Parts: sequence; structure tokens; C-alpha cells
Amino acid sequence: MKPLIEFQQVCKYYHMGDTTVVAADHISFQIFQGEFVAIVGSSGSGKSTCMNIIGCLDVPSEGTYLLDGRDVGQMNKNELAEIRNELLGFIFQQYNLLPKLNLAENVEVPLMYAGVNKSERRRRALDSLDRVGLKEKWRHKPNQLSGGQQQRVSIARALAGNPAVILADEPTGALDSKTGREVLALLQNLHAAGNTVVLITHDNSIAVQAQRIIRLEDGQVVYDGPSDAPEAVVTPRAAGRTAGGGPG
Amino acid sequence: MNIVESLGLAVKNIISSKTRTLLTMLGIIIGVAAVIVIVGLGNGLEGYVTDSFSSMGTNTLTVSVMSRGSTRTLEVEDMYGIVAENSQYLDLCSPTASMMGSVKIGSDTTSTAATGVSEDYLSIKGYALSKGRGLQYSDILQRSRVCVVGAYVDQAYYGGNSVGQTLRVGGTSLTIVGVVEQQSDELEEGGTDDFLYLPYSTASRLSGRISTYTVTVQNEDTFAQSKEALENALYGVFESDDFYTVTSMAEILETMTNMINILVYVLAGIAAISLVVGGIGIMNIMLVSVTERTREIGIRKSLGAKERYVMEQFVIEAAVTSALGGAIGILLGYGLSAAATQVVTSVMDASLTVSPTFGAVLLAFGISVGIGIFFGYLPAKKAAALNPIDALHYD
Repeated sequence: MKPLIEFQQVCKYYHMGDTTVVAADHISFQIFQGEFVAIVGSSGSGKSTCMNIIGCLDVPSEGTYLLDGRDVGQMNKNELAEIRNELLGFIFQQYNLLPKLNLAENVEVPLMYAGVNKSERRRRALDSLDRVGLKEKWRHKPNQLSGGQQQRVSIARALAGNPAVILADEPTGALDSKTGREVLALLQNLHAAGNTVVLITHDNSIAVQAQRIIRLEDGQVVYDGPSDAPEAVVTPRAAGRTAGGGPG
Repeated sequence: MNIVESLGLAVKNIISSKTRTLLTMLGIIIGVAAVIVIVGLGNGLEGYVTDSFSSMGTNTLTVSVMSRGSTRTLEVEDMYGIVAENSQYLDLCSPTASMMGSVKIGSDTTSTAATGVSEDYLSIKGYALSKGRGLQYSDILQRSRVCVVGAYVDQAYYGGNSVGQTLRVGGTSLTIVGVVEQQSDELEEGGTDDFLYLPYSTASRLSGRISTYTVTVQNEDTFAQSKEALENALYGVFESDDFYTVTSMAEILETMTNMINILVYVLAGIAAISLVVGGIGIMNIMLVSVTERTREIGIRKSLGAKERYVMEQFVIEAAVTSALGGAIGILLGYGLSAAATQVVTSVMDASLTVSPTFGAVLLAFGISVGIGIFFGYLPAKKAAALNPIDALHYD
């Protein structure tokens, strides 16, 4: 079986004046169709860089990223825009809905860029809103909804284009724990329905909801395995420090 | 995503910020309205001038003789001779002698202009008689004390019964033998219908030498040749071109029209500066809008908007804003033109219509859309080039 997402020795460097920051240091992993993977790490671990590269918002400085067998590193801006539209569904921490559009119109945005005609767009947008339980409110504007509802709209938007990968960047970060759990349950449902879900988070308690965890630290993969293994939530180095008496 | 949808999106954005859009459009509105009114005013002025001049006859040449200083003179008979010799070019001829003395009707001194003319003058002017007879060759020969008056004189002083009555020009009593048909819409003192024609021979006895002539050409198409023929003949008489001038209404009209046009172009150019300023206003607001909507641009790009779409969206928005401004400006321009017509007509007491030309309206609208696209391009380019990652995290 061919992997859906494949990182081969991916590196990303940022140049800040004279210094070069290594945000991703030879990262390699594969994610297959139907998996629910959490990419975990603290800030500065390189998880945002990974998310940007997986989301085709950025390209690797070195190494190869294959999405559905296609080499993203060789693509120009327009091809990246196309592939984002076609293969990826984004869920952001801040929902990132367009405030002037109603819910249906928000969900329609990626379909519009995909060239779907108006009536078909509306039909699919309402379908999608139905899946997150907000079909009745399609005429509302985002600011008339609670945070949890807005995040569900953004999930509906991610689903509308029927993407290969659903990429969720800290989807519960702005929510209280109860609505956060609801959103996570929704992601698990999507996974159960056969979707590939990649969750980016700094929070172990969120990450363990996934099936598999890829833990990053200082731009490197320090753990890649099932989420129910004990070492999944404790990094080797942190474990070492704990064994040595812990901080403070 | 097609153009219609982009347009819809642009209109939606414009509607959502009405005050700002209106202020942005103000420069364009004022510029377009100003251009339309100025071009309309020029157009009306040109029409007015053309009308007044063509009523004086565009097929006529006016000869002025300044015999002072010359040893040679041009008698009336010589002038008739010249016209007869050049009959392939020149048709009718009439001396015109303006009378200095005032016209007195009963005890009233009037502002009526008295002119000594030949029997052909009414034909030269294209005037027809409504009553009585015109001047005749015999009147010229006999230096008859008769005259023909305009409709105003007939109506205002004689209640329409002037034929057979007398009036005095410079102390000489003249009998009115005919009345010329009303020429203008309204009879007014000093107007087109307030005149008096007497035989030039009679006039010359009253006030001396005749020095101007009105000559008509055979064919307006050979106007230039006709004028040249007349000038050559006059040169033959005076052997110098210092002592006469030949002017034509057509030439004067052309000069006037050119001057009006230059004036209109200059004024319209100044008004058009407002369009440029308006365009810069649009660019400014679009740049602000790009900054404000950085996050929206980031979201759209992350959802698959290509640079072209983002660019399109902003350019169309700028173009729609300025086109809307242009449309409002056109309406305002028409409104102001109508108002200006009222004001000019009542102030100048003349029938001058400020009439915007279709061409000017089209041009103004085209320029305003063009300005929108031109000045919208830079902000749109800036928006399209935004990096989606940075744009998404912009606050």
C-alpha cells in the first residue's frame, strides 16, 4: 500500500539575519490512508513547520515530501494552491471563518475555488453542515455562533471538498474542555468513517485521542508509534530528566 | 470561480462598507461630473456661437475698405464690377453703411440699428417680407427716402401697422415700405428683429462714404477660391493689401469654435486631475483594505485560492468602486448640466443649453473604470503576493 503522506529526510531552514534556524531536521515518516495521527510537540519542536509542509503552505528546504505520490517540493504557488484545494481540508485553532459570509457561504469557499457550480456548491455545503449538526443555522453569520459551533463549521468546510487529508491545527486550543471533547469526538467520527486525520497539538491529553502519535522535539522525530504505548506521552529526554529527580 | 462571481463578491464587499466606499468614490464622482458639465458647457457654447453666426450667413464674405492713405478708391460701382467679373465665384453684393444717427419714431429715440443696403440685401440675409415691399433698384437710383423695418419695430412702435408710416433717421424722414418676417422666437429690443434697412445711396448721402460690402459666394464648397478671387480683384484695385480686409463669417466661426474647444479641453483637463486624485484615493483605500483583510486573504489562499483569484478579486473591487463612482458622477453631471442650463439661461438671457455629449459621458466612464483597474492593480498585486502562512497568523 502506498502512503498518503510521506516525509523523506525533510529539512526546513529559516534564515534570520546571519543565523540559520533549523525548524525541521531530517524528518521522515509515512501516514497511510485512513489513519488518525497526532503530531505532538512543544513550541519550537517543529510541529508547525510540519503542519505547514503537510498543508502545502510551505515547501521543504531539503528532502522530499510526497502527498498522494506527488512531489510537493517541485510545485509552484499555483499548483500548491490547487493541491491544497483538492487534497487538504484545514481546521484551524482560530476557526478562520470569513466573518462577512454566512455559514453555507463559508463552507462553499473551497468549492468555489474548485470550480463547482453554484447549486451543486450549496447542496454540498448544506450536506457538510448537516454532518456537523449545523444545517439549520446555515443562514447565520459566524459571530452569531459559539466557539465550538464555529469550529464545527470549519470542520464542515474542511469536509466539503471531500479531501484526502483532514489537517487539524490545535483544533481545541481555543475551546473549553467540554466543547473541545465534542470537537475531538467529531474528528474521531470522521476517522471512523474512513477519513485520514492529522492532528497537530502540543497537548498530550488531546494527542492520545489519536490512533498514532508522532512526537517531535527540536525538529526531530523522537517517537512514532501507537498512542496507547506508555512512551508515547513521555519524551525520552524528559523521562531521563524525571529519573534524575525532576526539575526544581 | 468566474467573473460574475467575482463581481458578486466585489459588490458584497462594497455594500458592507458604504460610507468608506462613498468617500473613496467622491474624487471620481466629482471628477466625472466636472468633466461632463464642462464638456457640456463647451458644447452648448459652441452651439450657441454657431447658431448666432450662421444666422449672419456662413456663405458671405465681408469686405472692409480703408481708403485713408491710399491714392486709390473703390466706388460702389467698382465693387459691383468686381462681383460681375467673378460671377463664377461671387453671387450677390450689397454695400452696408451703418448709420451713426439714431432712429426716431415719433418722439421716441430707439435703439434700432439703421443700415444702408442694396436691393439684394434681404436675399443675402435670406430674409423674407411679411408686409409691403422690399427695397428696389429704383429706390437706390433715386435715393428714395424709404426703408424696410424688422418685425420688432413694426410690432413695438406701430402695433403691426408700420407700412406707410414715417420715421426719422439722423433727421431725415423715411417712409416705411415693408416689414421683414420675424426671425427670432421672441421680439426684443436690440434683438435680431430690431433693425431698419434703407437704400445705401440714401444712406451715403446722409453719412458719407460706404466702406463695407457684403458679398455672397456662388458655392460654399469653393469658399476658399471665392475669397481668393475677391482678394485678387481688390489687390488689382489697390495694388496693396493694406487697404482692405476680406473676412468671412465661416472663418470667424471656425476661429471661435477652435478657441472654445481649446478652452474646454483645458478646463476638462483640470477637471480630469480630480479623476487622478480620485484614483489615488482608491489605491490608498485598497491598500488599507488589503492590510485589513490580510487574514481573509490567508484563509482564502489556504483553502485553495490561486494568486490570480485574489488579484482578480481586488482589481474587480477597485474597478467596481470607481465604475460606481463614475456612474454616480454621470448622473450628477447630468443633474448639474440641467441646473447650469437654467442658471445660464436666466442670467445671460440667452438660449444656451448645457448638453453633455454621449462621447464625453462614455469617455468619463471609461476613464473611471480604467483608473480603478490601474490604481487597483498595485494593492491587488500586494494582496496576491502575501504568503499564506504569514497572512493566516496576521492580527
